[in-house]
Amino acid sequence: MLEDKDRIFQNLYNDFGADLISAKKRGDWKDTKEICGKGREWIINEIKTSELRGRGGAGFPTGLKWSFAPKEVGSRPHYLVINADESEPGTCKDRDILRFEPHKLIEGCLIASYAVNAHKCYIYIRGEYFNEGQKLQTAIDEAYKDGLLGKNSAGTDWELDIYIHYGAGAYICGEETALLESIEGKKGQPRLKPPFPALIGLYGCPTIINNVETISVVPTILRRGGNWFASLGRPKNTGSKIYCISGNVNNPCNVEEEMGITLKELIEKHAGGVIGGWDNLKAVIPGGSSMPLLPKETCETIKMDFDACVENKTGLGTAGIVVINKDQDIIKCMARIARFYKHESCGQCTPCREGSGWMWRMLERMAKGEATRDEVDMLLDVTKQIEGHTICAFGEGSSWPVQGLIRNFKDEIIERNKFDPIVKKQKDIPYLVDQHLLEK
Amino acid sequence: MAVKKISKVQPEKFEFNKKNKETADSIIKNYPSGKQQSAVMALLYLAQKQNDNWIPLSAMKYIANYLDMPYIKVYEVATFYSMYNLTPVGKYFFQVCTTTPCMLRGAYNLVDVCKRKISIEENRLSEDGKTSWLEVECLGACVNAPMLQLNEDYYEDLDPTKLEQIIDKISNDEVPQPGSYRGRLSSEPENTRKTLIGNKNA
Repeated sequence: MLEDKDRIFQNLYNDFGADLISAKKRGDWKDTKEICGKGREWIINEIKTSELRGRGGAGFPTGLKWSFAPKEVGSRPHYLVINADESEPGTCKDRDILRFEPHKLIEGCLIASYAVNAHKCYIYIRGEYFNEGQKLQTAIDEAYKDGLLGKNSAGTDWELDIYIHYGAGAYICGEETALLESIEGKKGQPRLKPPFPALIGLYGCPTIINNVETISVVPTILRRGGNWFASLGRPKNTGSKIYCISGNVNNPCNVEEEMGITLKELIEKHAGGVIGGWDNLKAVIPGGSSMPLLPKETCETIKMDFDACVENKTGLGTAGIVVINKDQDIIKCMARIARFYKHESCGQCTPCREGSGWMWRMLERMAKGEATRDEVDMLLDVTKQIEGHTICAFGEGSSWPVQGLIRNFKDEIIERNKFDPIVKKQKDIPYLVDQHLLEK
Repeated sequence: MAVKKISKVQPEKFEFNKKNKETADSIIKNYPSGKQQSAVMALLYLAQKQNDNWIPLSAMKYIANYLDMPYIKVYEVATFYSMYNLTPVGKYFFQVCTTTPCMLRGAYNLVDVCKRKISIEENRLSEDGKTSWLEVECLGACVNAPMLQLNEDYYEDLDPTKLEQIIDKISNDEVPQPGSYRGRLSSEPENTRKTLIGNKNA
């Protein structure tokens, strides 16, 4: 278990207050000038040494991402964009950083902006987090007043302005190029990649986009050294991470823990155990709703880091752990997730726009026991038609949870839906009629 | 599920009041010159607040002129994002999160309370005309589930009885205290905190 002194977010539970004076007492804004004084190369190399991977879901190495930004500023200015559009079901870590540790984020913005040559930084906060945004704005104002932002930010001789941009309730804007479209004042529909935002991003200029948690851990890493961060967890899966444990547990909570902690320890120790005891566990969604669920057998042993999750055919994602116990109907739970994706599909690519609705409607019928036996395979086929055939990763995000359900609970679905298609019983039905619309 | 419909009754004219005009101008300054279109989302939100929580078509036309962009682009944005209400909603607008993490902790019991105490259907005003409710997707407070958003504030850790009390207060025009309804101040585990214990006593 991580020792308290190694926890980066000391104010995760707001024991001290989020204001600048308390933040400085916790060590924020200490030596920011010296850190930037060591130069861009040093900062990027130190982040590479720490093996920090993006905390927004995809787990892309942050140091590598920063090194994609052009070394020299050409005719176009560079931008830093922070993704605080936290909408993945099961995830609420960024919210706590915004309201309780805003200065870690702002200091991280300064260092990252310096490293990627950006003078302007936009923080994209989801519109529902209005109060959290106000708290962040208060912190930004404090920082300006104290000379930590502006013309000569924190004595670094670097000019930086930070602006907040509010979203308006679109999950898809958490996808980085959709987020850029949204800042530009358009519908949040993802762009084709390449070109990647690091070269052509916001307003066609080089843009680096990072998650709130990624940027917030940067100052501490640089202060304590990349090697310290790399000593936590295991190679390629280093450091600490805020895990959000929700669902059927006795004490749902956010907790910062070392990468690679076992799922069982997180649930049993920090979240007070599964409601009804460990034996009452049915399944766990380990990384926000986009990741395939894990059956109980895997939950016994799995370690929560990027690579271990991939080995178990799922993903760490945002580390939003949703615990589902045996009192719940697992098919219904997944049908509700499918409804979420149907609602949030931006409508740009046909497989996702149509397919997410198909998946939802089929799962709803399966939950009620109104589907036929063959439809289970048909549903799996639909997910395969969506996955990999869309511009952004929403296609994968919507089809993986359904695939996870079929992979682990196929017997249960078939048990409930074991009819033969009506067309087999009644020969006079035209082939092209939707089976489920016929009278039984 | 929310269906985006344009209200049949539309006011003829919309204009920002003085204060909102100032706010709008300061927001436009956040973006590079010539990129004033970026402010469209913020301006739509301002318009919504000024116009009793919904956006009429005249406001979209006004904003299009204000930002020197085509009306259709404003219309696209207003219909794309779910937080813009294009039909009148209650002065007190309840948005109940029912996505799986909240559902697992009984969000549909809250929906039943809303159906009983506000209106049988989503997006329909209550009898006194002050309140309406809507089922929405994940609001990002899963650890404090089940929860709902009332105008701009989050009400967390709810149960049907507590929601009934909230709605009763609202019908007397009293806005209840936002936040957790089990006394939590953050997303720490209740009573069994295992981390940052030294800080707690600090």
